[in-house]
Amino acid sequence: MRAMNRKRNLATAALVAPAAAWLAVFLVLPFIAMLVFAFGERAPEGGYQPAFTFAQFANLPTRATAFWNTLMLAPAGALLCLLVAYPTAYYLAVKANPRYRLILVSLVVVPFWTSLLVRTYAWMYILGSRGIPNLLSMIGIEDVRLLNTPGAVLLGIVYGYLPLMIMPIYVSLERLDRRLLEASADLGAKPVSTFFGVTLPLSLPGVMTGVALVTILLLGEYLIPQLLGGGKVFFIGNALVDLFLQSRNWPFGSAIAVTLVAVVVVVLMLAMRIAWKIAGTRQVDLV
Amino acid sequence: MRALISSVYLFLYAPIALVVLFSFNAGRSASEFTGFSTAWYGKALGNSFLVSALQNSLMIAFTSAVLAAVFGTMAALGMERLGPRTRALFDALLAAAIVVPGVVIGIATLVALVALFSFVNPALAILWPGERPPQLGLGYGSIIAAHGLFSMALVTMIVKARIAGLGRDIVEASSDLYATPLTTFRLIVLPQILPSILAGFLLAFTFSFDDFIIAFFVAGSKTTLPIYVFASIRRGVTPEINAIATMVLAASLALILSARLLMREKKSKSGE
Repeated sequence: MRAMNRKRNLATAALVAPAAAWLAVFLVLPFIAMLVFAFGERAPEGGYQPAFTFAQFANLPTRATAFWNTLMLAPAGALLCLLVAYPTAYYLAVKANPRYRLILVSLVVVPFWTSLLVRTYAWMYILGSRGIPNLLSMIGIEDVRLLNTPGAVLLGIVYGYLPLMIMPIYVSLERLDRRLLEASADLGAKPVSTFFGVTLPLSLPGVMTGVALVTILLLGEYLIPQLLGGGKVFFIGNALVDLFLQSRNWPFGSAIAVTLVAVVVVVLMLAMRIAWKIAGTRQVDLV
Repeated sequence: MRALISSVYLFLYAPIALVVLFSFNAGRSASEFTGFSTAWYGKALGNSFLVSALQNSLMIAFTSAVLAAVFGTMAALGMERLGPRTRALFDALLAAAIVVPGVVIGIATLVALVALFSFVNPALAILWPGERPPQLGLGYGSIIAAHGLFSMALVTMIVKARIAGLGRDIVEASSDLYATPLTTFRLIVLPQILPSILAGFLLAFTFSFDDFIIAFFVAGSKTTLPIYVFASIRRGVTPEINAIATMVLAASLALILSARLLMREKKSKSGE
C-alpha cells in the first residue's frame, strides 16, 4: 500500500512539475528581479546598476499624470461599460427569444477574442481626419478634432471591454431563479420594484465581477491610450513603455511596475471584500 | 429596449465592418468608396516583412499553445491530488498569471532575462570549447515563454473546470474493473476532457496570435504580426493596414468560433 502511495505521489509530482517550473521561472523569478531592479539605480548608458535606494519610489510623483489618468479613466471606463452592458445583459438573459439567445450571446463574446489592436485601429480610422471629421467638413462643419482626446480614449475603452462586462452580468442574470420574480409579482410588486428589489440585488455579484475584471485590465492598458490618445492622454502602461524602450530607465520603470501591481492587488482585494459582502459569487464563463 | 440592443450590436460590429469594407476600396480614402478592388491584399501579401512577421506569429502561437495545452492539462490532472496548501499556492500563482497586466508580465520577463543573460553569456564565453560561444538573447524563446505563462494558466483553469464536472463514479467503476490508472485515463478521462483541452489550445493560440504588449517588450529584434501592424499604424493609416487587419480578424474569428463550438459540444454532452 505504501509503495502504491509513493508511486501515486511521484506521478502527481511529475504531472505538476512542468507547470510549476514554468510558474517559478517565468512568473515568480521575474517578479523578484523586477523588485530588485526597483531598488537599483539607472546605469549611465541606460539599463540597471546594482544599488539599494528608495530614490526610484521617491521619484514616482514625477509620473503623477499617468497615475492620475489611469486611476480616473479606468474606473470611469468600467462604469461607462457597465451602463451599456447591464441593459444588454438583461435583454439577453431575460427578454431575448431563447431560440436566438445562444447566437446573440456568441455575437457579444466573439469580438473580445479578436485582436484589440485591430479593433482599436478601427476607431482610429473612424475618428481620424479622413473619417467622421471629413464627412462633417462635407456638410460645412470644419476642424472637428475627435482623435487624441480623453473622449476618444473612453470610447475605445467601452468598445474594447464591453464584451468582458456583459458576460459576467449575463451569467448572473441567466442563473437567477425565475420563481423569485413571479413571487414578487404575485405579491403585488410592480415590475420596476421587482427589478430594484429582486433582480438587481441578485445580479450584483456579476456586476462586481465585471467591474473588477475590466478595471484591473484597464489599469495595465497601453494600446487604447496610445492609439486613440496620441500621447496626450497617457496611462501608466504608456509611461512604462516609454521608460523601458525609449529612455531606458529600467529601475524607475520597475518601481512604477511594482506600484502598478500593488494597485491591482488593492483593487482585487477591494472587489473580493465587496463580493463577500454580497455573497454567492458565481463562476464566470469567459468563453 | 429592442432599439437599444440593436444599437449595441451596431456599435460592436460597424467599426469592424468599416475596416473590412475599406480594405476592398480601390482608392486610398477612408470615407469615400471609389470602387471594389483586392489590390491592397496583393500589396500586403507581396510585402516580405509582413509575410515573415506573420510566419513568426504563427510559429510562436502554435508552439506556445501546444506547450500550454500539454503542461496545462497535466497540471489540471495533477492538481486535484495535491495537498490543500500546495494546491492553494498553485491556484494563487495561476490566478496571478492571468490577472497581472500584460505590460507588467512583459517588463518582468524582460528584466529577469536580461539579468540572467548578463550572468550566463560571459560564463558561456569562458566555458565554451569552440571558437564562437553561443550567446543567449531575447527572441522567439522569450516570447513563447511569456505567452505560454498566460496560456498555460488559461488551459489549466478550463480543463480543471471540466474535470470538476466529471463524474467520479465512472472513474471508480473503471478501476473496480481492474483497469490500470493509465488505461482509465486513456479510455475514460481523456475522451471527456479532450474538447476542453482543444478549446484551451485554440484560445491560447488566439491569445498569442493577437498579443502585442508582451511581445513588444520581450521580442528583442524579432517582429510579430501585431508588432508589425502597430509600427505601420504609427507611420500612417492606409488601406493596406485594413487588408492586413481583415486577414487578422478572419483568422481569430475562425479560431474563436472553433473554440466555442468545442465548448458547446462539451456542455451539451454533459447535459447542462
